[in-house]
Amino acid sequence: MHRLQGHDLACRRGGRMLFEALGFDLRGGDALLLVGANGSGKSSLLRMLAGFVRPIAGTLRWNGEEIAADDPLWRRHLHYVGHADSLKPLLSARHNAAFLAGVTGDGMAADRERALAHLHLRDLADRPARYLSSGQKRRLSLARLVASNRPVWLLDEPGVGLDAAARGRLEAMIESHRAAGGLCVVASHGDVALRRHLVLDMDAALEAEEDALPAGSRSAHTIEGGDAVR
Amino acid sequence: MTALVALARRDLHLAVASLGESLLGVIFFLIGLSLFPLGVGASPDVLARIGAGVIWVLALLAVLLTLERLYQGDADDGSLELLALSGAPLELVVAVKCAVHWATSGFLLVLVSPLLALLMGLGPAAIWALPLALALGTPTLTLIGSIGAALLVGSRRGSVLAALLVLPLYIPVLIFGVAAVDGVVLGLGGAAPFLILAAMALAALALAPFASAAALRLALE
Repeated sequence: MHRLQGHDLACRRGGRMLFEALGFDLRGGDALLLVGANGSGKSSLLRMLAGFVRPIAGTLRWNGEEIAADDPLWRRHLHYVGHADSLKPLLSARHNAAFLAGVTGDGMAADRERALAHLHLRDLADRPARYLSSGQKRRLSLARLVASNRPVWLLDEPGVGLDAAARGRLEAMIESHRAAGGLCVVASHGDVALRRHLVLDMDAALEAEEDALPAGSRSAHTIEGGDAVR
Repeated sequence: MTALVALARRDLHLAVASLGESLLGVIFFLIGLSLFPLGVGASPDVLARIGAGVIWVLALLAVLLTLERLYQGDADDGSLELLALSGAPLELVVAVKCAVHWATSGFLLVLVSPLLALLMGLGPAAIWALPLALALGTPTLTLIGSIGAALLVGSRRGSVLAALLVLPLYIPVLIFGVAAVDGVVLGLGGAAPFLILAAMALAALALAPFASAAALRLALE
């Protein structure tokens, strides 16, 4: 079973301490929801997990082994969906999907078509991406999650711009990914509903003394020393 | 490997889809060159004397014009992050992007250069010497430019800064490029300048992907 651990992580961006002494322990099937105000470091933590931002202190472990910075082997295990959609406006949805699927997976045309169908984009496949609405672009960008199979999903506000139906499909995708033993870290302002998840409150992560958190947001999962929920 | 193939395919599709932008460099090259007979007078002697130098200077500037699209677009839309996550080494990603960039910039200059040799009255030998020199020299221009473009990802006024940063590094290519063509045109002969151009291309190929990838890693942070 997969295991992703963060221990005593600290992050400084632009001279400001975003968070410190932050930890979590996730196993296959877990989902961690990052909550917190704007600027509390949710995106920075996700970028740190993806290896773009170096922690100034602390360690990350994948299946017990420490993850080095810029480790291509670790990156092969993860999907990172940030704010940008990684789409080229001039290319058709299908060409864009081929790139997304090819870069993260083994680029099989069948995978690409399955992903387009899964996100109800088949009818739009030949349309240039610049004619897609922002929600459709988001769906196209999320297609890579279906097109290639990677165990760790890092999703930065994946629900932005999606309608209720698309959001439902995204939630279903996340749940089936978890059911298959994958794990998932989501930063969200509450528009994506997860089942039985862990919560990491980034506002509290900065104020280390203030460790009172409403018990309702805790999950029944193993949390080492209250690390995951500060 | 699949990631690199997907990248090359997408960049080629993109170059075809935005044909106007792709041809920008070569059109600049043609228009810029056609101004010289008007400016310095249409005396064949003068044009033949300055021809090689003028063509090379314009080639430098034409490549420089197209450098901004090398990484900036991918950095803006998040493709760069995706490429970093592909599992392929960033150095190879850089090499693929440079190869596609050269095919859609420097290579087009090579293709039109025999015409320009005629236009400037460089003489029959230049019809093979100029394309050969450009074919050996323009990959170096793309590769060195790639370092500048990668360093300037995310900076505003990047193209102006790129000119300041990259043009001084283009001077050796300019000197030996002109020497190679003039050597053939003026009948001095000698393969040495061509060999030096090839050596510089190989050195740039060995070093530029590492330097560019390091700069891109900084940009991703």
